[in-house]
Amino acid sequence: MRTKLLRWSLFLGAAAMLALLGVSSAQVTQQQQEGEMGVESHIGKLTGRASAAKTNYRRYCVGCHGEKGDGNGENAPWIDPKPRDFTLATFKCRSTPTGTLPTDEDLFNTIGRGLDNSNMPQWLPLSKQNRADMVAYVKHFSPRWKTEKPGTPIQVPHEPEVSADRIKAGLQLFQKMECWKCHGPEGHGDGPSAPTLTDSKDRPIPPYDFTEGHRFKCGQTDEDLYKIFMTGLDGTPMPSFADNLNPEQAWDLVFYLRTLQPMHTKEKDIAKQLGLKPIEPNAPATPPADK
Amino acid sequence: MTSPQRSLAFAVLLASLFFCCSVQDAHAIPAFARKYGLRCSACHVAWPVLNDFGWRFKDNGYQLMNDRDAPIWQNPSYFPITLRITPNWHRENTNKVAVDIGPPDPVTGISPQGETSITQHGFDHSGLDILTGGTLEKNLSFLLVPSAIETGEFHFESVWVRLDNLFKSPWLNVKFGKFELDNFLSEKRILNLSANGGSYQLYHFIPVGDSNMFGQIGDNQLGLEWLGHSFNDHTRFSAAVISSSDGSPDLVNANTYTGFFSASQAFDLGGLGLQRVGGYAMIGQAPTYSLTSQGVPVPGSSLGNESFHREGVFGDFYISRLDVAFYYQHGSDDAHFGTATPANVPLPDGARAPTWNGFFVEPHFTVNPQLVLFHRSEWVRMSQQALPGTPSDLGDIDNYSFGFRWYPIMTSRAGFAFHSEYSWLRQRGMSPVTATDLTNNSVFFGFDFDF
Repeated sequence: MRTKLLRWSLFLGAAAMLALLGVSSAQVTQQQQEGEMGVESHIGKLTGRASAAKTNYRRYCVGCHGEKGDGNGENAPWIDPKPRDFTLATFKCRSTPTGTLPTDEDLFNTIGRGLDNSNMPQWLPLSKQNRADMVAYVKHFSPRWKTEKPGTPIQVPHEPEVSADRIKAGLQLFQKMECWKCHGPEGHGDGPSAPTLTDSKDRPIPPYDFTEGHRFKCGQTDEDLYKIFMTGLDGTPMPSFADNLNPEQAWDLVFYLRTLQPMHTKEKDIAKQLGLKPIEPNAPATPPADK
Repeated sequence: MTSPQRSLAFAVLLASLFFCCSVQDAHAIPAFARKYGLRCSACHVAWPVLNDFGWRFKDNGYQLMNDRDAPIWQNPSYFPITLRITPNWHRENTNKVAVDIGPPDPVTGISPQGETSITQHGFDHSGLDILTGGTLEKNLSFLLVPSAIETGEFHFESVWVRLDNLFKSPWLNVKFGKFELDNFLSEKRILNLSANGGSYQLYHFIPVGDSNMFGQIGDNQLGLEWLGHSFNDHTRFSAAVISSSDGSPDLVNANTYTGFFSASQAFDLGGLGLQRVGGYAMIGQAPTYSLTSQGVPVPGSSLGNESFHREGVFGDFYISRLDVAFYYQHGSDDAHFGTATPANVPLPDGARAPTWNGFFVEPHFTVNPQLVLFHRSEWVRMSQQALPGTPSDLGDIDNYSFGFRWYPIMTSRAGFAFHSEYSWLRQRGMSPVTATDLTNNSVFFGFDFDF
């Protein structure tokens, strides 16, 4: 009888301990979640709150980015490129130097603008407050936002006037910087390295085809293009050229890249007048004039 | 197990099932969802009601305005088709139905009539919608909806093509064919499914004795529409010219036209979201008679055009998870329509244009993207009857409905909802024998699905 009582006591004690452990771990998880839901974003005068975006994330984003923000939503297997993994806090479209966190405004602009060449649409119909809240929600997925501050946005100098010389200099930089190796001599995205490119998760990724696109991954203005190669597209093979190009050279390259696009541009008119030919990959690069 | 114990056990089982299922992962026109990899909740407050993102998608010609809109970018096996149907159980009650209450009169052969309440209930299914739509090419969209009634008889609900973003401007979109008028509060995307709640009374209102069936804003119409909208879709307007045929093909009522105009503006009120207000007008004319041959109307000879108009305002307001839509209409038909008098025949003494006012308010409470509670209160009031001496409230309507829809799954592949609804409708003075109030009520449970 006494042995039976002892067994029951031990069993109940163990059950109580397990229940206690379960409750405490649930409390810790809940506290963690509540803490993470306290994440804020600041865009101009707007303050976004992660807690306010929970429902909208479930409504709009979860199908691709997943409940955990890890990019493993139900659609992920079927779409290319794959959805962003927010837990890594690695973002392509930034105004900040490569390797650093983007600003809240960078994320806000990406949500509104969408990402060309991907399934990410423009979420403009959402109110600005809803988008600001969503920025905070995106941030809550990664611990990096707790330990790191966003990088300092790069300075984009005033855009100079386009000229024939600048376009020619841009062409030479296209060769010298070996942009053609990925993007191809005529910008078709068919350079010799193109088939070998992979993203940070080892998935194949094609280089941008300038001759097809009216818009770029991170915007459509000259300034957007400038930022792309001065900050790089983190998580992709597209590096930052901030250490290799000075601002004047960067603008030259912007002007040359505009000649490759399918729509009418003034740069294209100038290139036509010049009779500008695509680069010869094997020809020795003529160094562009120093500026 | 005693009876109370069984009841308790059943209740616990139902509650368990509800809670088990409601914590499943959230997961609509699934053809669009499949194309873009977005869940139905991305475009719908609760499908089929569009949210602002869905409206922008629709206004852009079923395009997200990215580089993946043209069908050439889809997997060749992708086919833009969706089927929707709702198996259901429903109960319908009408409080006054004409029935014989005695043997036929030996002279006239007519039986004396009385009124009785009739209730019918049972398992049933809805009609079938086959929705195929999308883009033929970037900025060239289409919609084709062959639709069957419950017995399987088909008709074409929508048949149109649209030239989108002409001259690269969102303000220039031209639609051609049979289409839904640009009703921001769309009856085609209404949440209600019950017999009395499944349509907006105001979109089909015809005064008692009136012969004008061509002013039904809720019916799809044949014509041409110009729609423009701002880049973010906060400002939108449309102007359509349609044949006055209530959407019937084969040039019924040929040579007569009606115009429909609508405009709205959304305001971003921060955390509350977008709040929209707008106005609309339908101004038209339609024939009142046609030539006959041996007493049979001669097709295409419709004559005696008379006018009608509808105008009003609408709004859609969001307060966190509650959204409230409202709609007001003032309508009037020419006296010839009002008294069903051909234009080549003198009007009855004192005949005048029937006029009415109507209003509905429709709140939705989105508990979460998978559960929505809905309600609608609608009132139509005659302000002037066509004939003096007609009771002033004859034909007035009161309509109320309540319900909820629960979406146990929500993916970018298919839509499934358990639908529960009660609706009540009263029409003043419309009972068939005593000309007293006619009341109908419906109870509806169904599984609404599309894929």
